[in-house]
Amino acid sequence: MLRNILIALVILVMGYMFYNTYSNYETRTELAGISQHFAAQGAQEVGAANLVTAIVVTYRGFDTLGEVTILFLTASIIAFFLKLKDEDYDSSIDHRETSELLVTASQVLIPIIFLFGIYVFMNGHLTPGGGFQGGAIIATGVALMIMANPNVRLNYHVIHWVESVSGVSFVVIGILGMVLAGGFLDNKIFGQDGLGEFGTLFSAGAIPIIYSFVGLKVGAEISNILNKYQKSQKEA
Amino acid sequence: MNNQILFVGIAIVIGIVSIVLSFVAIHNKKLSIAIIAAGVVSLFASVLYLLMAAPDVAMTEASIGSGLSTLIFFYVLNKIKRSDA
Amino acid sequence: MEYIDLGHISLLIGFLLILVGFWGVLTQKNIIKIIVGFSILNTGINILIVSLGYVKGKTAPIIDNAVAQTGYHDVSASVVDPVPQALVLTAIVIGFGVTALMLAYAMKLYKAKKTLEINKFNDLKW
Repeated sequence: MLRNILIALVILVMGYMFYNTYSNYETRTELAGISQHFAAQGAQEVGAANLVTAIVVTYRGFDTLGEVTILFLTASIIAFFLKLKDEDYDSSIDHRETSELLVTASQVLIPIIFLFGIYVFMNGHLTPGGGFQGGAIIATGVALMIMANPNVRLNYHVIHWVESVSGVSFVVIGILGMVLAGGFLDNKIFGQDGLGEFGTLFSAGAIPIIYSFVGLKVGAEISNILNKYQKSQKEA
Repeated sequence: MNNQILFVGIAIVIGIVSIVLSFVAIHNKKLSIAIIAAGVVSLFASVLYLLMAAPDVAMTEASIGSGLSTLIFFYVLNKIKRSDA
Repeated sequence: MEYIDLGHISLLIGFLLILVGFWGVLTQKNIIKIIVGFSILNTGINILIVSLGYVKGKTAPIIDNAVAQTGYHDVSASVVDPVPQALVLTAIVIGFGVTALMLAYAMKLYKAKKTLEINKFNDLKW
């Protein structure tokens, strides 16, 4: 009883604070401060048409580096928790028969889904999308593969190699930015005038390269998590 | 200007539906219905991001928040049901 | 009438989802339900942050034909705030990681006690 009263009190206090914020809020009509600078100068300084990409990869590149590290840690901890016993490794999951439609469609769709994911992260600096979205799309392709055949064995080594190599390349490109340009993760590694023509695929310096590695890394990590959850179904 | 009025209308409908669905997600006794409702709240949120001119966030929310999260929820639910039986 | 615009409505939706999610986390007894509550809380916070960056009547922060621009000059007058969007982008991916981690713990806890009732896990209670 006391517990319920306390919970109601907490929710009411929180709601009251939110109400105060809400009643004093006015929808903004113009940008201010740092956003103003990013919007006005971003295209010139970074050369990416998509300003969100410019912020994620260059202005706040450390944030992205930390974020893929957190995702890597999560994948490692999940792998540790869901580790199978040795005798369960070779057992197979007893499942309902997968429908003909799903199996046939997955054979046609999976390469196209992978291709679309690669397109999304290659064009992250021009159109909506980027490494995180492209990686998630690749992971949905892997999810479709797992659903079509629950006993499929994903190549563990390929996933780990893709993940490690792209993680290391991300950091190496960041350090190259320190050597060749202004600082860690600076995108002007091809020189001050090497940004390319604005709005084309090969523009914005290192951004398409970095975002491709981020996409591969995120895709590999999420696929790894899905793979671990699928494997955990084997235990009785 | 007409677009703005249309967007506001869609946003109000999305708001009502997603609040109702979030109550369903918290209250329903059946876990599978709760998980689906949470996934649909996420999907409506991605439409709201699109209305607020945030296509990048909308893409991420639609694929990760409502797709992959729901999938792993169901893996866990399946696992628990299996060991029950 | 001045409260009815997209920024205010999204802010309200965000606040209400946060309250519902928080209430679910505090009141529910089933661990999976608590994780569903966290997931709704997460969605609410993301909507809140994006709605704070919304600028009335402006287009997405992507410089193309939709942004009526001459050279690089008045971009900042025609786009919404890109910074909250960039923050939320990473927050969603981290939210996925946190949800997956909580579900792994839930599976481990279920294996230990064969139940999902949070009140049964009272080993450290005194």
